[in-house]
Amino acid sequence: MTTYLIKNASILGGEPTDLLLAAGVVREIGSGLSAEGAETVDATGLVALPGLVDLHTHLREPGREDAETVESGTRAAASGGFTAVHAMANTEPVADTAGVVEQVWRLGREAGYCDVYPVGAVTVGLAGERLAELGAMADSAARVRVFSDDGKCVSDAVLMRRALEYVKAFDGVIAQHAQEPRLTEGAQMNEGELSGRLGLAGWPAVAEEAIIARDCLLAAHVGSRLHVCHVSTAGSVEIVRWAKAKGWDVTAEACPHHLLLTDELAATYDPIYKVNPPLRSAADAEALRVGLADGTIDIVATDHAPHPHEDKDCEWAAAAFGMLGLETALSIVQETMVDPGLLDWAGVAERMSYTPARIGRVADHGRPIEVGEPANVVLYDPAARRTVEASESASLSRNTPYAGMELPGRVVATFLRGTPTVLDGKLA
Amino acid sequence: MPAHLEPESAAAADTARTVMDGSDIGRALTRISHEILERNKGGSDLVLLGIPSRGVPLAERIAERIASVEGYAVPVGSLDITMYRDDLRMKPARALLPTQIPNGGIDGRTVVLVDDVLFSGRTIRAALDALGDIGRPKAVRLAVLVDRGHRELPIRADFVGKNLPTSLVERVRVRLLGVDDVDAVTILGSEGEGA
Amino acid sequence: MKRHLLSAADLTRDDAELVLRTAEELRSLADRPIKKLPALRGRTVVNLFFEDSTRTRISFEAAAKRLSADVINFAAKGSSLSKGESLKDTALTLEAMGADAVVVRHSASGAPHRLANSGWVRSSVVNAGDGTHEHPTQALLDAFTMWRHLAPQSGGSLDGRRVAIVGDVLHSRVARSNALLLRTLGAEVTLVAPPTLFPVGIESWPVETSYDLDSVLPKADVVMMLRVQRERMHGGFFPTAREYSRRYGLDGRRMATLQDHTIVMHPGPMVRGMEITADVADSDRSVIVEQVTNGVAVRMAVLYLLLGGSQPAVSTEGLPE
Repeated sequence: MTTYLIKNASILGGEPTDLLLAAGVVREIGSGLSAEGAETVDATGLVALPGLVDLHTHLREPGREDAETVESGTRAAASGGFTAVHAMANTEPVADTAGVVEQVWRLGREAGYCDVYPVGAVTVGLAGERLAELGAMADSAARVRVFSDDGKCVSDAVLMRRALEYVKAFDGVIAQHAQEPRLTEGAQMNEGELSGRLGLAGWPAVAEEAIIARDCLLAAHVGSRLHVCHVSTAGSVEIVRWAKAKGWDVTAEACPHHLLLTDELAATYDPIYKVNPPLRSAADAEALRVGLADGTIDIVATDHAPHPHEDKDCEWAAAAFGMLGLETALSIVQETMVDPGLLDWAGVAERMSYTPARIGRVADHGRPIEVGEPANVVLYDPAARRTVEASESASLSRNTPYAGMELPGRVVATFLRGTPTVLDGKLA
Repeated sequence: MPAHLEPESAAAADTARTVMDGSDIGRALTRISHEILERNKGGSDLVLLGIPSRGVPLAERIAERIASVEGYAVPVGSLDITMYRDDLRMKPARALLPTQIPNGGIDGRTVVLVDDVLFSGRTIRAALDALGDIGRPKAVRLAVLVDRGHRELPIRADFVGKNLPTSLVERVRVRLLGVDDVDAVTILGSEGEGA
Repeated sequence: MKRHLLSAADLTRDDAELVLRTAEELRSLADRPIKKLPALRGRTVVNLFFEDSTRTRISFEAAAKRLSADVINFAAKGSSLSKGESLKDTALTLEAMGADAVVVRHSASGAPHRLANSGWVRSSVVNAGDGTHEHPTQALLDAFTMWRHLAPQSGGSLDGRRVAIVGDVLHSRVARSNALLLRTLGAEVTLVAPPTLFPVGIESWPVETSYDLDSVLPKADVVMMLRVQRERMHGGFFPTAREYSRRYGLDGRRMATLQDHTIVMHPGPMVRGMEITADVADSDRSVIVEQVTNGVAVRMAVLYLLLGGSQPAVSTEGLPE
């Protein structure tokens, strides 16, 4: 196994130093390091971050290998600086049994670009009627700890209560896609002045906030852990802040696109901007950034959602919800949080590596860059600027809303247990 | 429109030459009115159709003169030829001008088309097509204030106010009270505008 | 004018007045023995209807044919569309056939925008109604009808005229397009509906709103009743059809409170007994049948101004008087 000597890296934006990665761990940290036979990487001007962990990725395999496979999705993840991703359960078949989650877990191991942690479905077939075999998935080789019906909401209050209670037995967490289904029938975009003008059915903020409030109360009542997926509204941030103030075990994520983009983009009727929950108002995006900065929102998660071309090259109502996110997440966090001074690089490591790993109960990721820790490291050039080209994505899909947009930063290298998955900005 | 094509510009004014003034136009129209009556053996069954925009006031003036001679009104209308133009596709879509067919229609009547300037003949060709879609006149005649030559189609006028030899680079401009602030026919050099 | 007519908001006041005046010239064609003009000879107009609407389709078809265009009707039923062919593939097919204009009706809001802006077709796109978004030619024919009735008494314009639009504003593309266009033409629009049938954010529209029909009627110069589908009742938008009619229907008693010159309009198809009673629909005030006649003239004007020349009409030139 090759040893890597990283020269002049700035760990979490600190003073430049050298790092020696060997045998899968960080062997040495200090200035003027040298190592016989080591591959040297010049990291002058680069920030070293712990390998990023995504709690919310759609890898589409099994079932929609035309949109993404575990291999292509993990290549996209590595390109974006991720060393671990949680693969959502809404595959075909649904990841609601030990068999399916083990299949996904194995595919991730074979791909080798990043570690794949399958998320188990909460209910059989995501149908919201009865609990899937959560325990069997937890006990499987995939050791599932995060359960979610993402894409659908566990809207039945009793079922949600039972799920929250049941996962306590193996320290699991329910990651809720908060969307009151009756309030969002046929919904296409954020409900507001613009949806009325465009004649697109509205997805009101209250449909998200009502479920989050209910779930916080349920989690508190049964003493369990709740994680709120893709928080998108200012009201949701308020509710999570309130729940945390009560001392309840609630965590929440925000997606890069909700930090940067707003519902005005729907006026193009281009479904590249169609996502669930929808892009919200500028005030909502601002509240998310503030919430992410003050810790109300614990983490950034991508909700990377690949779709084949034809599912976006159509009229808005017929198009699929979702957008790519893995390869642009860090740049957007820099643009919206770091550059405006809302977050430093230590804060980024917290929200994109340490905390998501902790919520997912992943032991070997989200560790600080210290001697003896797993060598999961990203080298990132915050001074670079790039124009996003959809055709350059490692994903099989092209549905990025950022195509043509200039974003800051570039992932120069990603190391997974000391082995580069990305080097010189290119996939290894 | 570029500044050098403005009719009011000094360059255009320098080369403008008035060939008919108000009284010339009045006399020409009076003569045309009499010729029409003579040719038609009176004013019965006549319909005057002006081609917008300046053919319309000319038709009205001829009708007034006929009325003063004959003692009864001759039907006057307008016939827009925009949609029948053979160069419709060569410029942005043009606004339509009014078509007003008098109540009695044109079937079995003698229609006198009235226009200001006869040039290539293409406008009259379009007018004949337009008439054919409206009805079947007994006969169609053509009256123009000015015939400047350079026909591109086998068309000639029956009643002409003034034959005006011109070169192709010149422009003939007709101004009529009611539409414009003066009665005048002028020839402008290649710099000016007009028909 | 722009190359496409997708929204009533695409029209400047000059554009809209040019359409109205052109329609006025074209309207007389209906009285002529040969109801045909040669302006669009050799042009191909495709009526692409993903949603059933015989009235609108026929109106566009008559308009295009009277201008001598070749018309291809492409309806969802009995074609590949019902087999799930996409909007894009259909558009590419039409492009290959050499369509100069595509008149599109679609149940999805924004579908004509996609057709016009996605690079699938080069032809002009005319929105013939998209989802719950817009129906700009309906607004033009409505404005034309109002203009014919009201403008001669008010200096040739609709400035300051009061138009009440009553009914299912939430789901109505007619209301959206009319609100935008009438505003452009200087009229004052009041939308009247129960609160459940107003879209969120209505307060930012350039209109007045009211929940009370009786207070609006005496001031109106035009009352336009919108179709209210009985199905909305099941969506819980109002309790019963009877309650809706009682509060928001136009009947003889309410008609008696109108000013003498006030006209009653309806974009059709009417649900008699729901939003309008038969005696109102068939009264002298009703210009509902005239709206249909005017529809052909207005659509002729739109097609002519978009396709008649080398490019769409330049409206700022206006018409010489």
